[in-house]
Amino acid sequence: MARLSRLQPYLLFGVAIVLPLIASNGGFVNFLADAGAFVLLALGLNVVVGFAGLLDLGYAAFFAIGSYTFAMLASPQFDIHIPFWVMLFVASGVAAVFGILLGAPTLRLRGDYLAIVTLGFGEIVPQTFLNLSQWTGGPNGIGSLDQPSIFGYRFGFDALPYYYVILALIAISVLAANNLRASRLGRAWMAIREDELAAAHAGINTTTTKLAAFAIGASFSGLAGCVYASKLQLVSPDQFGFNVSVAVLSMLVLGGMGNIPGVILGSLVISSLDRFILPQATNILHGIGITFDLTNSRFLIYGAILVLTMLFRPEGLLPSRQRRSELHAHGDVAAAEQTLYNEAVP
Amino acid sequence: MDLLLQQLVNGLSLGGIYALIALGYTMVYGIIELINFAHGDVYTLGTFVSLAVLGLLGVTGVVTGPLLIATVVVTMLAAMIACGLAGVVIERLAYRRLRNAPRLAPLITAIGMSFILENVMQYWRGPSPVPFPDLMPNPDVHLGVVTIAAKQILVIVLAIAMMVLLRLFVYRTKLGKAMRATAQDREAAQLMGIDINTTIALTFLIGSALAGAAGFVSGVYYGSTWFFNGFSAGLKAFTAAVLGGIGNLAGAMLGGFLIGLIEALTTQLISDQWSNVVVFSVLVLVLIFRPSGLLGETLPAKV
Repeated sequence: MARLSRLQPYLLFGVAIVLPLIASNGGFVNFLADAGAFVLLALGLNVVVGFAGLLDLGYAAFFAIGSYTFAMLASPQFDIHIPFWVMLFVASGVAAVFGILLGAPTLRLRGDYLAIVTLGFGEIVPQTFLNLSQWTGGPNGIGSLDQPSIFGYRFGFDALPYYYVILALIAISVLAANNLRASRLGRAWMAIREDELAAAHAGINTTTTKLAAFAIGASFSGLAGCVYASKLQLVSPDQFGFNVSVAVLSMLVLGGMGNIPGVILGSLVISSLDRFILPQATNILHGIGITFDLTNSRFLIYGAILVLTMLFRPEGLLPSRQRRSELHAHGDVAAAEQTLYNEAVP
Repeated sequence: MDLLLQQLVNGLSLGGIYALIALGYTMVYGIIELINFAHGDVYTLGTFVSLAVLGLLGVTGVVTGPLLIATVVVTMLAAMIACGLAGVVIERLAYRRLRNAPRLAPLITAIGMSFILENVMQYWRGPSPVPFPDLMPNPDVHLGVVTIAAKQILVIVLAIAMMVLLRLFVYRTKLGKAMRATAQDREAAQLMGIDINTTIALTFLIGSALAGAAGFVSGVYYGSTWFFNGFSAGLKAFTAAVLGGIGNLAGAMLGGFLIGLIEALTTQLISDQWSNVVVFSVLVLVLIFRPSGLLGETLPAKV
């Protein structure tokens, strides 16, 4: 049984590889690729919110920075054409640098103030891209971005090759996040999340540890931005609003903050809600004579997910054992500490 | 120079609206240390309720004389009552259960409530801006080079009057004393026989009613609104509350007027596209260099 659960990730990864080949429906593959980009975003935000416990409400800003970095350096905009594969590193690096720039002055703030500052940052970044129209194309954004190519094969408008790139990035990110969680840094994050004062007194440098979470989370987002922009062939400031940050946050909350399988599940549920379930339900309603467009209720549903999950199941659908015991703090503290120990010491 | 003086007047009246919203943020933060994210949307709700009431009254344009006063009072009271009740319901549904949960939990439900309110208002009045009838006759007052519109006087007078009433309530009545006690130490207040739940609900009632009043005057002031209006207004008002010193009533007022001035001057000197960027930068700078705000006292961290 234990062996089976150890094999599970590989089985799921195998399913993810063959899924688009079986489905062979362009729309579905396109959906899978977009959903994959959001899985990447959710994995990154999970490092910040789930592991380190820092509520970042402006996460879409790093997504925007990754996307615009790619768009400016791989498009006819300035006639610079750096290859996509190089840009993956550049975009995640630039996003990480901005993560540090935002984090360095603000990470001393208390949790809820930090949330508001990140929210402000999330508003400023797209607004700045909108205003600096001589470089960014203003409200129209930047179009006809370069398509990646590998060994002479040029990605077209077909979503399939992008899907595999995203899948590979997800696999790398899951491995990275998983190793980080068990590392010294990951345990420091969790210590800070539980009790910052105690963590500081135990000798953890809380500022650099939190900065690392911000930078690493931002770099995931930069990766997602780079590949998402190249797939869409377009960036524009309206793709990166507060609703994107909240959508990613609801993926985390729904799935289970801090738990990688939970986060992936949450983001897949919300992506399919967005792209399949709501349009389908609207069609069904139309069929029985009710003209009510449920796709307009997207934000109502994100909001309801946030409220109901926090009220009734704060650990999410697939929690890590440790997180569950923390959030039900009235339970056995000793048991919580035991699981903390068990998870930290493999 | 003339334009600058004119922008100062505009900034003060804008600031009156932010100040009214900021009072609600600061009261709620003072008592339960929660950034009530849905507060900005309660403010928008105030504008929409005022619109509905004006529709019921059949008011579509300028009214004069005693009728104007009656219209303003009735509409604003309706908006205040509706928003006050909305605030109490939000607290009951989304925050009360999480009072002893980790701090970020109620903040997340607050964001959720904000999204729910926005979506409900979008169903109600559609996704595009909705015009608000121009109630006030416009006998502009000319003071030298500066022109002050009647609606600007309304905003400033109303904001100051509300502030005075609120101060009297908080510092001179028994319920106000209960509120201050609860803010200082919830458990001790409870041991002294204060009903915590009622006191917190009352705080939400008053704070949200002030947002409702702000919603009404902002409708008159701007002449239109839309469902998403509360997002940026709420953020600016929160910035105002932090700038003045969160938890401090006079601070919220001062912060509101300052943010209004900053916004008007940015519009004048740079461009209105940058006003959000400037206001958020102010927020970040205040939080970094003077987190207790202009009038707030430094509190030791609660361990």
